[in-house]
Amino acid sequence: MAAVEHSYIVGAYEHPLRKAPDRSLAQLHGEVALGALADAGLSKSDIDGYFCAGDVPGTGPFSMVDYLNLKVRHVDSTNIGGASYILHVNHAAQAIAAGKCNVALVTLAGRPRSEGVPKGGLKRADSPAQPDYAWETPFGMTILNTYAMCAKRHMHEYGTTSEQLAWIKVAASHHAQHNPNAMLRTPVTVEEVMNSQLVADPLHKLDCCIVSDGGGAVIVTRPEIARNLKRPLVKIRGAAESVKHTAGGDIDLTYSAGRFSGAAAFAEAGVRPSDIRYASLYDSFTVTVLVQLEDLGFCERGKGGAFVADGKLISGQGPLAVNTDGGGLCNNHPAHRGGMTKIIEAVRQLRGEAHPAVQVRDLNLAVAHGTGGMLGTRHGSATLVLERM
Amino acid sequence: MSALQEALDHQPENQKFWTELAEGRFLLKYCTACQRAHWYPRAICPHCASAQTEWRPASGRGRIYSFSISRTASPPYVIAYVTLDEGPTMMTRIVHSPFDALAIGKPVELVIEKGEDGIPLPLFRLA
Repeated sequence: MAAVEHSYIVGAYEHPLRKAPDRSLAQLHGEVALGALADAGLSKSDIDGYFCAGDVPGTGPFSMVDYLNLKVRHVDSTNIGGASYILHVNHAAQAIAAGKCNVALVTLAGRPRSEGVPKGGLKRADSPAQPDYAWETPFGMTILNTYAMCAKRHMHEYGTTSEQLAWIKVAASHHAQHNPNAMLRTPVTVEEVMNSQLVADPLHKLDCCIVSDGGGAVIVTRPEIARNLKRPLVKIRGAAESVKHTAGGDIDLTYSAGRFSGAAAFAEAGVRPSDIRYASLYDSFTVTVLVQLEDLGFCERGKGGAFVADGKLISGQGPLAVNTDGGGLCNNHPAHRGGMTKIIEAVRQLRGEAHPAVQVRDLNLAVAHGTGGMLGTRHGSATLVLERM
Repeated sequence: MSALQEALDHQPENQKFWTELAEGRFLLKYCTACQRAHWYPRAICPHCASAQTEWRPASGRGRIYSFSISRTASPPYVIAYVTLDEGPTMMTRIVHSPFDALAIGKPVELVIEKGEDGIPLPLFRLA
């Protein structure tokens, strides 16, 4: 347990748009920042810490701090891909505990849908200067086909099936039908997922997340400030992060860094996976959810397929409801980065503000977890255990 | 200049790998301190952090660890991880092998073929 009192998430806002051709990237960051401040009941002048990742325009925090005209005494632009914002909440809590700031703003925004960034085949290596570039990119590595190799290996080792993966999409679609802002609101069946185009064996088109514009923001602050605000208190009870990579050629594609960040976050929180009835889990692809469920200890290693089958991730139908907003698979995946929306739906659930059709009753604990980067090469994981006070 | 050539220019310590590969020889980096091979090649051993690494000829044989067929590419191709007989698992592409015959665990052998930008690459086919 941390010696200092835990910080709280007091503001959360998801941009309602899924296509934003008439807004600049900086404007989207600004709109979600103002949305989260209004939700918290705070004003821009209260912010003294700013957290962002690789989706902001310009170098690190500079341009957005300038655009918003913030006066900050703490900044952090750690980039672990789509899981960055979950890590930022952890870092914000640490900075607040260390007295480095009082009110931390975390923003995410992007407009890949309007900018026409290619789907699926998107290449992820950022620069030829990366030491791994020459050993991966020339072979045709894409985000999609490396996640596909993880799914293929999991099937080989544990007998996981495409039907089981499809159930993850089915659950997301059942949740998304209740979300008026979701990009895909029509429930789909296992057969429809299985019959969608095979894009990279064994993954089908409907195993993949959507491409959307928009964004989100959260505000983290210290207990003394949080208690004077009007919103329900959501405490950061445990938080951790980790990085997994190719380890000099000792490759195991069947698990993620979530095994380490999950265990550390649960230990800090002093709770067990079986205490959790709602989890937001990064769903870049269906297989990402499956692997994270095992890594966080919601089921035994290799048993993810059985855990997700038959609609058990749908709220009210199993021990653990997952991604009740429709997740990245159906609701929103702004800037190709799903971590922020994972935090926001976990906050909605703990406040009792999720859609009544998907709200988990009497919820007091929730997990928000993400995997950023490439599951099959290098990625970062971040885990939050949140508590309604 | 191609992006791959630019990447190679960033890695003078690995130039020997590419010049030897162009001559038909596939090398692996070994650490003489811990006696282990690693992938991708580095000047500093990722296992024990020794700087005592050296190039050694490799068998070019291994088994498919995992693979995926990129079906929407034109033409479709097979990305794979192959576990080399010497130990490390490397990313590569499987070529000249019927898609239906591919399976995890199947033995493969090295094929050196030029990629899009004319630079020879270490690829594999079913053995």
